[in-house]
Amino acid sequence: MALPQVKHDLTEERIAVLEMPSGGWSDVARADALARLRMMGLPTRRDEYWKYTRPDSLTQAEPPKAAVFEGEDTPLLDDVDRLKIVFTDGVFDADASDDLSLEGLSIERLETSRADIHWARDLYGALETTGQTPVNRPLAALNTAFATDGLLIHVTGRVSKPVNLIYHHKSETSDAMLHHVIKLDSGAEMTLLENGPAAARFNKVMEVDVADTARFHHVRAQGRDHERRAATHIFARLGTESVFKSFTLTVNGVMTRNDVIVELTGDDAQAHVAGACVGDGDFHHDDTIFITHDAVNCESRQVFKKVLRNGATGVFQGKILVKKGAQKTDGYQISQSLLLDGDSQFLAKPELEIYADDVACSHGSTSGAIDEEGLFYLRSRGIPEGPATDLLTIAFLAEAVMEIEDETLADEINARIEGWLLRRRS
Amino acid sequence: MLEIKNLHVKLEEEDKAILKGVNLTVEAGKVHAIMGPNGSGKSTLSYVLSGRDGYEVTEGTATLLGEDILDMDPEQRAAAGLFLAFQYPVEIPGVGNMTFLRTAVNAQRKARGEEEMSSTEFLKTIRARAAELKIDAEMLKRPVNVGFSGGEKKRNEILQMAMLEPRMCILDETDSGLDVDAMKLVSDGVNALRSEGRGFLVITHYQRLLDHIKPDVVHIMSDGRIIKSGGPELAIEVETNGYADIVTEEA
Ligand SMILES: Nc1ncnc2c1ncn2[C@@H]1O[C@H](COP(=O)(O)OP(=O)(O)OP(=O)(O)O)[C@@H](O)[C@H]1O
Ligand SMILES: [Mg+2]
Repeated sequence: MALPQVKHDLTEERIAVLEMPSGGWSDVARADALARLRMMGLPTRRDEYWKYTRPDSLTQAEPPKAAVFEGEDTPLLDDVDRLKIVFTDGVFDADASDDLSLEGLSIERLETSRADIHWARDLYGALETTGQTPVNRPLAALNTAFATDGLLIHVTGRVSKPVNLIYHHKSETSDAMLHHVIKLDSGAEMTLLENGPAAARFNKVMEVDVADTARFHHVRAQGRDHERRAATHIFARLGTESVFKSFTLTVNGVMTRNDVIVELTGDDAQAHVAGACVGDGDFHHDDTIFITHDAVNCESRQVFKKVLRNGATGVFQGKILVKKGAQKTDGYQISQSLLLDGDSQFLAKPELEIYADDVACSHGSTSGAIDEEGLFYLRSRGIPEGPATDLLTIAFLAEAVMEIEDETLADEINARIEGWLLRRRS
Repeated sequence: MLEIKNLHVKLEEEDKAILKGVNLTVEAGKVHAIMGPNGSGKSTLSYVLSGRDGYEVTEGTATLLGEDILDMDPEQRAAAGLFLAFQYPVEIPGVGNMTFLRTAVNAQRKARGEEEMSSTEFLKTIRARAAELKIDAEMLKRPVNVGFSGGEKKRNEILQMAMLEPRMCILDETDSGLDVDAMKLVSDGVNALRSEGRGFLVITHYQRLLDHIKPDVVHIMSDGRIIKSGGPELAIEVETNGYADIVTEEA
């Protein structure tokens, strides 16, 4: 079936300004991704999963300008012992990065990886391709085709400290596309941290293959640039008894779309995906989650909380798909928003699709204001209205932040949230 | 300490008068008790004094240590020394009891221009006070009042009072829902705080609490007014005869 003209044009215009890297093992996958992209076309407002979020600024050929934001606070995760890898406007910064070696894993860059038979060859674009069914994710196909760089991380053992990807944004017009592939061997374990605004416009794909009994922890903080735009995808496949935990904090940003697509393919696996976001004014944040249970006795959790004020918009589209035979599935999904005023809005589309009979799935979505009773109680004990509201706001976000296993990291994230609230109080 | 003069209060949302001219003075060092039928306005009085939304003062004044409190925010009243032990303590999911209390203690100190309490001092004090009220460490870590039994919530109110050391304490039915032992604990907690410089206003339906916390004055409230005041013997009269006689006699 031919694409509608509008979609066709949009897609071709976007492709026209891009140059496909070539000369390496990823060529085949890139060509395949481009062909797939041409079949589905870039998203428009008519696409089912783009009804609440305008894709225009993410799909148009030229990125809208985004002022560089100079935050004064200490960089996030500064106290955490980690391996730092820095990208500035999507370009690897060797001087600012640590030596890319750490016991238990190997790290290479997509751009410089030329070996003919590379382990990532079988993975690059593979999870992204699977993740295109049953819902198209054209921006991810675009990324597989045109990503200029990214990291290829092969985790073979237990890694002693986190790997931290730091994304700086220094150019008002940067349009970055990074593609990371992470492969965890059986029994391996790693923590990946990501933080920073990355570029004026950022398209990022991360494919994570978690083998049997492996464990992957992911904590990311997107922020604090106001004008940046980002579309990110995480595709994960989970083997037997494996664990995948991902948490995202989003602070500010005119347009953020975070897709997480997880497939539980081995029995007894666990996938926890959580997010907290705080937005003020010109802020649009969309979490689109798709978790597929295709094995027995797996557990999945989706915990998403949004604090919105001054006309900010939050979107949550979350799905749990339980395939036939995925018995004893334990699926949980909650999405909640705290609207600090009457101008903000929260749009939620929770979905359950279940083809097995012995499952326990629950989902809930709420939208509400600050609890007046609670606020009065705190104030009656001498806590002024501002700090009392902040306490209740942090408490509201706590269920999501608590999904982070590591306490130090959870404290850092809370400190970020507190900072954001504090700056809005005076 | 607390001086209420001809206080008239109506609901903000509707034209319903609830307090219809309350006059009451609690002197420093004294314990006053208020009894009265359900719906007579006792909790309303306590809420209006602590600054809850939804009420409108149409006439009268209320001062704490000579300062008009009716125009103050709830937090200012608290910093000025007013404390209300709620009839129905509020559950606050996600906010730990300890964090809550430390924030409150230090917010009040800050508002009064005093130095913050160090965390070591805070921990030492709260452990001691909690032990006296048989509140275990686990309860201190839990979110404020969430999953607490009725009696635990009331004990938690008294713990807050002990930590905040207010000048004027209002207790709204702190005895209801307490078992005999808890009643004793709570009363001991209150009695430990009795001092020259501190006033108490104890709202209760039962004379039994007043056996433990001996009041200096007992008031009867009916239909938004204090209709009778007397000594502790007034509570005994209520306990034996109910309110009917007093209400008709004073009407
Ligand atoms: N916010 C409100 N909205 C509607 N009615 C109210 C409100 N607050 C108080 N009232 C009414 O005012 C009257 C007094 O209530 P209040 O709670 O002060 O009584 P009380 O003396 O404390 O009673 P109790 O002994 O049952 O605790 C009642 O008729 C009550 O229904
Ligand atoms: Mg009452």
